Amino acid sequence: MTSVLYDVPGPRAIVRNRILAVITILVVLAAIGFVVFRMYTTGQFEPQKWYVFTFANVWNGIFGALGKTLGAFALAAVLSLILGFVLAIGRVSDHAWVRIPVGVIIELFRAVPVLVFMMLLYYGLPVLGVDMDPYWAVVIGLMVYNGSVLAEALRAGIESLPKGQKEAGYAIGLRKSGVMRLILLPQAVRAMLPVIVAQLVVTLKDTALGFIITYPELLYYAKLLSSQQGRPILQSAFVIGGIYILLCLILAGVAKWVEVKTRHSPKLKGYTPDAGADPRMRDESTVTEVIAMQKGRGRFDSTQI
Amino acid sequence: MDVIFGNLDLWGGAIANTLLVFFVGGLIALVLGIIVGAMRVSPVPIARGVGTAYVNIVRNTPLTLVFFFFVFGYPQLGLPDLSNTVLGILAIGIYTATYVAEVLRAGINTVPVGQAEAARAIGLPFGQVMTLIVLPQAFRSVVPPMMSVFIALLKNTTVAAGFSIAELAALRATINDAPGRPGNPMEVLLWVAVVFVVLVLAMSAVQRHLENKWRIAR
Repeated sequence: MTSVLYDVPGPRAIVRNRILAVITILVVLAAIGFVVFRMYTTGQFEPQKWYVFTFANVWNGIFGALGKTLGAFALAAVLSLILGFVLAIGRVSDHAWVRIPVGVIIELFRAVPVLVFMMLLYYGLPVLGVDMDPYWAVVIGLMVYNGSVLAEALRAGIESLPKGQKEAGYAIGLRKSGVMRLILLPQAVRAMLPVIVAQLVVTLKDTALGFIITYPELLYYAKLLSSQQGRPILQSAFVIGGIYILLCLILAGVAKWVEVKTRHSPKLKGYTPDAGADPRMRDESTVTEVIAMQKGRGRFDSTQI
Repeated sequence: MDVIFGNLDLWGGAIANTLLVFFVGGLIALVLGIIVGAMRVSPVPIARGVGTAYVNIVRNTPLTLVFFFFVFGYPQLGLPDLSNTVLGILAIGIYTATYVAEVLRAGINTVPVGQAEAARAIGLPFGQVMTLIVLPQAFRSVVPPMMSVFIALLKNTTVAAGFSIAELAALRATINDAPGRPGNPMEVLLWVAVVFVVLVLAMSAVQRHLENKWRIAR
């Protein structure tokens, strides 16, 4: 395998790479071994440390907390998608009095840390006489932050489309709303789908911030467990951490799948190398398709450069 | 305004702590990220595997959980005592290192293989291929996303507030739990938000400037 950084290794490089491989293995094993050794000597593997996990009640509690995490995530994801679309459409509006305030709002919401926003809702609003449930503080905090990030992604997707798309839409008599709804947004969503799903992974991870404002989600339950009999702090962190990593890996897997799927989508790539799809071979193909093919890119490929 | 001038000592300490976590955590992230990034693009398959495993596991763990492991979990191992601030800095550094590594890897991958092949073809040794051809091109495409990583790092320092590290987001608790300090939670948090908005917008301005300065014309 050759790359920018190195060529196909010769005999000396192969020896050197083998030595490096051995060193890597030794360093990693030493690091893991040291942690496991410390865990062993401090009795982290003793049965009483894991005792709490033998109770059905504890597992019910974990699943309850998992439900709270997923509940906050699901609502926040849906709301942030809606907010993202609204803000994105406002951001590319033709009217300056819509575009500029929406732009300022997006910048502001992206600049304030999510946790500070959640705290504002949870600790700040009671000062004004509005009592806020931690659940809503988490959901609204996540919605506002991820909504503005998604809005920026969608705007980038819309602006990366060739100008001809919009013009063609107007030329066939669509109104502004029709051009946006039927022509620009579907393509922008398609191009930005990997970013959108990746942002959902971030949303899922950020639900753990609810722990700090006392929302009883998974991590909060881990803290609760760690004060139980035997003080299983590391143990509950491992169990809960495993659940989090599993959830995020599943979502990240979906993101990867979507990315691969859209990259191979025939709708995104105008030109496929097989002769049957070559626009020059077919009578009904347009000049645009041929030019796009000759330039070596798909019809809507400008986002991928 | 009382909330600022009545608590000037606390604000100074909190901002200093936030910047401490940011800079030291950023330094750890940069060093560790360069090592992991190098492993991710190295010709040694095992090093690539280790780098990939590290990045995938840590990136899919919420930062709050990483903090949990370090701040609550570390003292369980019976190792020398470290303060919460030190543990928090380690947690945020190790978490951000994965993002730094990914940015570096993506930056190196944007350089076409032909560039290095051409450099080798005209007889440049490895050192010159790197310093004259590959790294200058990779550097340009690395800087803007790297700034984004550091902006995210700055915002992530707030998570430390949940682990009794006295930085900006923890200021609300400090001020409101102390008797006789002026300011209610709303005021304190709004000013904290203002500080973050100013810092983040300043960093974004730097980012835009660098992006325009080093735009790749290919």
